[in-house]
Amino acid sequence: MTASPLPDLGARPAPSGSGYEGTLPAHLGEVMVKLEGIEKYFGDNHVLRGVNLEVRQREAVMLIGRSGSGKTTLLRCINFLEEPTVGWVEVDGLRLQADPLQARSRQHQEQIRQMRLRAGMLFQDFNLFPHMSVLANCIEAPTRVRGIARDEAVSTAEGFLDKVGLLEKRDEYPARLSGGQKQRVAIARALCMEPKVLLFDEPTSALDPELIGEVLRVMEDLAHEGTTMIVVTHELHFAREAADRVVFMEDGVVIEEGPPEQMLDEPREEGTKRFLRRFLTP
Amino acid sequence: MTVGSGSEARVPQVAPIVAQVLAARRGARRRFSATFAAIWLALIVVIGAGTWIASGADLEFVLVSGPVIVLQGAGITILVSALAIFFATILAVLGALGRLSTNPIPNAVASFYVSLFRGTPLLLQIYFIYFALPQLGIVLPAIPAGVAALSLNYGAYMTEIFRAGIQAVPPGQREAAEALGIPERLVMRRIVLPQAVRIVIPAIGNDFIAMLKDSALVSTITVHETLFMAQRIGRSAFEPIAALIIAGAVYWTLTIIFSFFQERLERRLARGDR
Repeated sequence: MTASPLPDLGARPAPSGSGYEGTLPAHLGEVMVKLEGIEKYFGDNHVLRGVNLEVRQREAVMLIGRSGSGKTTLLRCINFLEEPTVGWVEVDGLRLQADPLQARSRQHQEQIRQMRLRAGMLFQDFNLFPHMSVLANCIEAPTRVRGIARDEAVSTAEGFLDKVGLLEKRDEYPARLSGGQKQRVAIARALCMEPKVLLFDEPTSALDPELIGEVLRVMEDLAHEGTTMIVVTHELHFAREAADRVVFMEDGVVIEEGPPEQMLDEPREEGTKRFLRRFLTP
Repeated sequence: MTVGSGSEARVPQVAPIVAQVLAARRGARRRFSATFAAIWLALIVVIGAGTWIASGADLEFVLVSGPVIVLQGAGITILVSALAIFFATILAVLGALGRLSTNPIPNAVASFYVSLFRGTPLLLQIYFIYFALPQLGIVLPAIPAGVAALSLNYGAYMTEIFRAGIQAVPPGQREAAEALGIPERLVMRRIVLPQAVRIVIPAIGNDFIAMLKDSALVSTITVHETLFMAQRIGRSAFEPIAALIIAGAVYWTLTIIFSFFQERLERRLARGDR
């Protein structure tokens, strides 16, 4: 796999809200994802308490934190698999206000769908369609939703399957694949829709330890090629290798954020330190 | 002798043991099949002889009238059952979508339908459609009336099967499809329903077998199916019991044949799951 070199947009002062201090990393582009004041209740349970987050083009952001801290819920709020209770979500210029009272209205549903076309998602348990071959999994949405001709969708899909190293599995059914292979197919399937940002929800948590590496390698390549991505993960080594920025969440708010070296080696907040201590010395 | 040669010495002993184990297992399987077949055969002979004596039938009646019952009746039985299972399946899919709808109108209609047609006897429904609907100006010939009653009745039961099947598809499947931007209608048609169908095939097959036999009830509204033919021919030949036994054999044979195909279908549909 050849990693295309990232563009150098020069040193710029980091604007507030970018999550950086001083200068912005040179390869980051404009704001691609913007979350404003996201709150989420599950019944009485206040899981997100006003989260603001900006993610820029070509940025790889890793969300870390204890389970129950709200990081997965936050990720799912971006493509409205969970409708936020309050707040604004913006992806690639499409701005959508949370509206749980109108969540079933046709217009809101259509806007959510447009949001989902911009934000591809990867799941902990892959969720490949078991009744379809690998290739059919990859071309289903492009042909049926984007209206792309079958031949074109197939060649795009073959390109991405090759990229994740699974072109020879194109005619297999998901049940014949290992967990790592399934997740790589899921990544190819998401890429086929050419999303603006990829959302990863603990993509390696359901994998046997020896299969984690192959998935992380694909994700690392994507990050180094400048794919905009937001990753909920417990793989701190991976965060160090591939993240531009690490965001630590606790009790439904962002506690601290910054470049991985700073976050993982010299965290400032007590909560971050506590989390890392427990995490690094099991 | 060194340790190495000791472990080598064990190697030739393993192969015969493995072969013996395999042979023993093959033998056990063969004995099981043989006993199984023998018991089936014995039971058929006993039951057959018993019913033969009980019916007091003579061979001539069986040889002359038997084929008539089979040829005329079984064809109509298969026709009625196949049409009814087809329409029942359509009703069941629609019913299940209604039962799962968040819109109160289809939901209420579907649950009312299920309640009414599961809550009243099939025989009564057959009578009602054939004898009562004409009072409202809806006159159905016997076969369409029978097919309609069987479809509506089994459609109600199968609605619940399909509903459970749709709900048994893991929620992650729907989420993954929605996350790809696939519109709700297509998510159901392309992702959820195909998986639900696989889940419900055994239950639907079971219902089809039940329907093959319940189709005998439409004999009461003069559909010339197996039981009707058996009763008519049996009466005129003064061999009512023998005719009934022939009809029973027809139903049984049909279900055996259908079970065979059902098993093959299940195996084929399971392909993606392994």
